[in-house]
This record gives sequence, structure tokens and C-alpha cells, in this order.
Amino acid sequence: MSISRRNFVVERLRKEKLKELLAKGQRLDGRGLRDYRPLSISTSVVSKAEGSAQVYLGNTAVIAGVKTSLDRPYRDTPDRGNLIVNAELLPLASPYIELGPPNENAIELARVVDRGIRESGMVDMTKMVVKPGELVYSIFVDINVLNIDGNLLDAASYAAVAALASSRVPEYTLGDNGSPVQTGNRIPLPVTTIPVSITAAKIGEYVLYDPTEEEEAVMDTRLTMAFTEDGICALQKGGSGGWAPAEVIELVEGSFEKAKEIREQIRRGLGVGQAETAQGTGS
Amino acid sequence: MAQGSEGPEAQKERRLIDDQGKRTDGRGPNDMRPLRLEVGMLRNADGSAYIELGKNKIVAAVYGPKEVHPRHLVLPDRMLVKCRYHMSPFSVEERKPPQPSRREIEISKVIREALEAAIMVDQFPRTALDVFVEVLESDGGSRGASITAASLALANAGIPMRDMVAACAVGKVDGQIVLDLNDVEDKEGEVDMPVAYMPNLDRITLLQMDGKLTIDEFKRALDLALQGCRQLYEAQRKVLYAHYFSSSTSGEQKGQ
Repeated sequence: MSISRRNFVVERLRKEKLKELLAKGQRLDGRGLRDYRPLSISTSVVSKAEGSAQVYLGNTAVIAGVKTSLDRPYRDTPDRGNLIVNAELLPLASPYIELGPPNENAIELARVVDRGIRESGMVDMTKMVVKPGELVYSIFVDINVLNIDGNLLDAASYAAVAALASSRVPEYTLGDNGSPVQTGNRIPLPVTTIPVSITAAKIGEYVLYDPTEEEEAVMDTRLTMAFTEDGICALQKGGSGGWAPAEVIELVEGSFEKAKEIREQIRRGLGVGQAETAQGTGS
Repeated sequence: MAQGSEGPEAQKERRLIDDQGKRTDGRGPNDMRPLRLEVGMLRNADGSAYIELGKNKIVAAVYGPKEVHPRHLVLPDRMLVKCRYHMSPFSVEERKPPQPSRREIEISKVIREALEAAIMVDQFPRTALDVFVEVLESDGGSRGASITAASLALANAGIPMRDMVAACAVGKVDGQIVLDLNDVEDKEGEVDMPVAYMPNLDRITLLQMDGKLTIDEFKRALDLALQGCRQLYEAQRKVLYAHYFSSSTSGEQKGQ
């Protein structure tokens, strides 16, 4: 039942001004309604992590790291590895964050990113098994938010996806006594697809992609969609307003195309080697 | 459209839809489980409601508008709506520890947001409203049933609302789009998509989905979910009407 402490009084006073701009197809930062901010992705930024990625989406900054360990599988999935996604809104990310256990926003962030990755089947978890029913990889994706300027859901998702796709994890074999032994090799994860998260906000009757914090403060509602190459794999509506069914359908159809653009940008970010940066154009 | 149904998940041991098109509990794809609604059965709450949908048994209670505690949470221009969705330890197969899980915290948030769209929060500045939802028995689709009940409890508390919120889940099971997933379909089906809807205002106030759908399947699923919500809305209307306007209703007025 935690509640955000920030009131956004100034932002709400500026809502009418913002709507006047939106009516002309413009936004405060000069973007069009369906443009993303510049997206930059760097991978392998933390050498002790098995995979890592830093993402800037405009002024929103997120870093994600992957660590693995061998564990027992969950009882309902004995033939699959475990995927655990956690997110922290660090107190250094904004003057309004308070220390403490993850609040509902951090929990929602982690769970929505988790859902997009898990349901897309991005990592083939059936291949993350060392000893069926007994020993599997647990893949931990930890997401740190470093600077908050809106649309954490997409930025965190891109960081998590890029960290997973660039991971090199220890390889294991089973020794003579049946216990696991590291081979010394590092192997990539079995990545089957690149899921792409697309978030749109509705302010008045206007629908815009990749909202900044200022826009989120006055939005009526929000929709986050995760896409694979073939279709949609996760949805999360947020905010206290509502969407007309026709708006949702139009948005899902249009965003499927948008996701292809962003997927290309993520692929480019992954393609450029260690600690180099791929700059996307944004829209 | 069809290719989406042939993923790896399609090759599972148990079939959830038989050759006659019947589901594990004998329903057709567009059928909802048996529904029972009650309002005003809790004495202390300002508003309350109870829902049974299949084996789901859920109590919702509303307290407020009341003073905000702690004071620093006060919103100067509107009501502070708080929601707690909680599952009783005995509501599921394996005992659920009573402290709120991450899942329950997320569901509390999305339920609050689904209801806030209907509540006229700006009429009650500097006040708080508590919505408590307790799942006594869970049977798939509990967040939808919780919203349907909580919305009735809000009406029962006399909170001004723009519309009632009705909610249900749709999903994909054995490659077919079906309404109102039961427990097995929820756990073993390919897709679960809960939807909350205000039929009079034509607004979706909760939308979540996990699992793979083509864009075309998504459209059909959404359409089916809205049909389900309209059915629930009609049931909500009836039970409120019976509670407030009929002189002889069976047991539903105890507590008022």
C-alpha cells in the first residue's frame, strides 16, 4: 500500500499547456507524439557480472547485471532453469526516492520486465538444466535505476534484455560422482528472440510513446506492451485512467511495427562489441 | 492466426479442451462459471460485497472517506485511494504465508488503478479510502473477481462513481480463445489476460496479459473479455437493485 510521495503540483498546473502542444503534434522536448528519445545501449560494462548492460533512454539511466548459480529447480518446472528478475529504484536516482524495501513501483517494474522476457521465451530455459529435476541454472537479472526521467519500464526491459543477450555464463559438466564441475568455458545463453517493450501514455485524448517523468506526472493512463517477432507476449496497463477498446487495438497494432524499429536498435547495441556504445536515433 | 497455437506449449500431457469442445469443467469456450454476488454483508464496513465465481470466494470491504494517516500522505486536490489484495493462507493448494507477496503487492496496485478510474476522487480532497480484498478461496481469475466485488462494495459505501467496474479474464487454452479461465486453465493454459471494463463509459481500466498471442488473436480475446465484463456488469446492477429497491430480497439485506 505504499504511495508515491511526490505531488507533481507544478506539472499538473502545466497540463493544459502540454495538451495545447500535443494538439499541434508537439511535445515539450521537441519530439513528435510517436517518437522515442535517443536510446543508447552499452553491453559488458561490469566485468564481474556474467552479463551487463547500461541503457540511456533520454535522461533515464538504467544498468542491469546478470549473475547465475546452480540451484534446485522449482517444483512445478523440474526440467527448466530459474529466472529471477529484481529491480531497485536507487535513492541516488531521484530526490524523491526513500530507502527501504522495494515499493509497489519497483515491484511492478521487476514483474513487468520479468513477464516480457519470460513469456517471449527469450532464453530457452529447457537448455539451462545441468541434472534434470535436481540441478539447474538460476539466472538472476538485477536492474538498478540510476536516473529517473520517465518510462522506466521500457528502459529497464531493454537493459535486462541486452544484459541477457550479451551474457557469458560458466559451463558445467557432471563429474564421476555426479556432482557438477565447471569446465572453465563461458557460454552464451540460448537466446531465441529479442522481446521489445513499448510503452505509451495517454494525456487527454492524445497518445504518445516513451513518456518523460513530466508527462507521466499528468498522464491519465499508460499501456506497456511486449512484442516478439510474431506477436504480443505481455501487457500491463498502469495509471488511474482508462483506455477505450478501440484505442487499445490501434495502439497494439501500431506498436507491433514500432517494436521492430526498437529491436533493430537493440540488435545494433548488442552487435557493437565490449563497452562500446551504439547510438540510436530515437524514432 | 493459427500458427500461434503450435508453439512448444501445445505438446502437453493434459488436454484442456476435449473433442466436443468442452472444457475441463464442462463449459463451452464463451461460458462463464456460476456466479453469486452479495452486498452489504459486513456490519462494520462502510460498504462490502462478496463474490463467488466458480470456486473463487472473495470478500471486499470499503472504509472511508476518512482522515488520512499518516498526515503527510494527504493529497490536497483529491482522495487518497489505498487497496490491499490479500490471499488467505488456506485459499490455495499449498499454504500461502500470510505476509504480502510481490504478486499481491502488484495486484493491489493494479486493482487500485482499475477502481480509481471510476471513483470521483476530486470530490473528496484530503481524505483517504481503504479498499480491502480478501481471497478466501482462489480458483483462477481472482483479481477480476476482486475488482467486480470491490466495485460493488464501493457502491454499497455510497462512494460517488462514474460507472461500475466489472472484470474477468480471458485466455488461450489448447490454442482456443476462452472466457473466464479456471484454476487449471490459468496454470496450464498458454495465455491469461485479465481485463476490467466500465461498460457505460466504454473504458478499459485494467489490462494485463502474459503468453503469446498474434495481433488478431489479441483482438478476439479483448472482444470476448468485454462481453464477459458486460455480463458481470448486468449481474452487479441486478444485485444492487435487489439490495436497495426490492422489498423482499432473500437474505441479502442482513447487516444493513
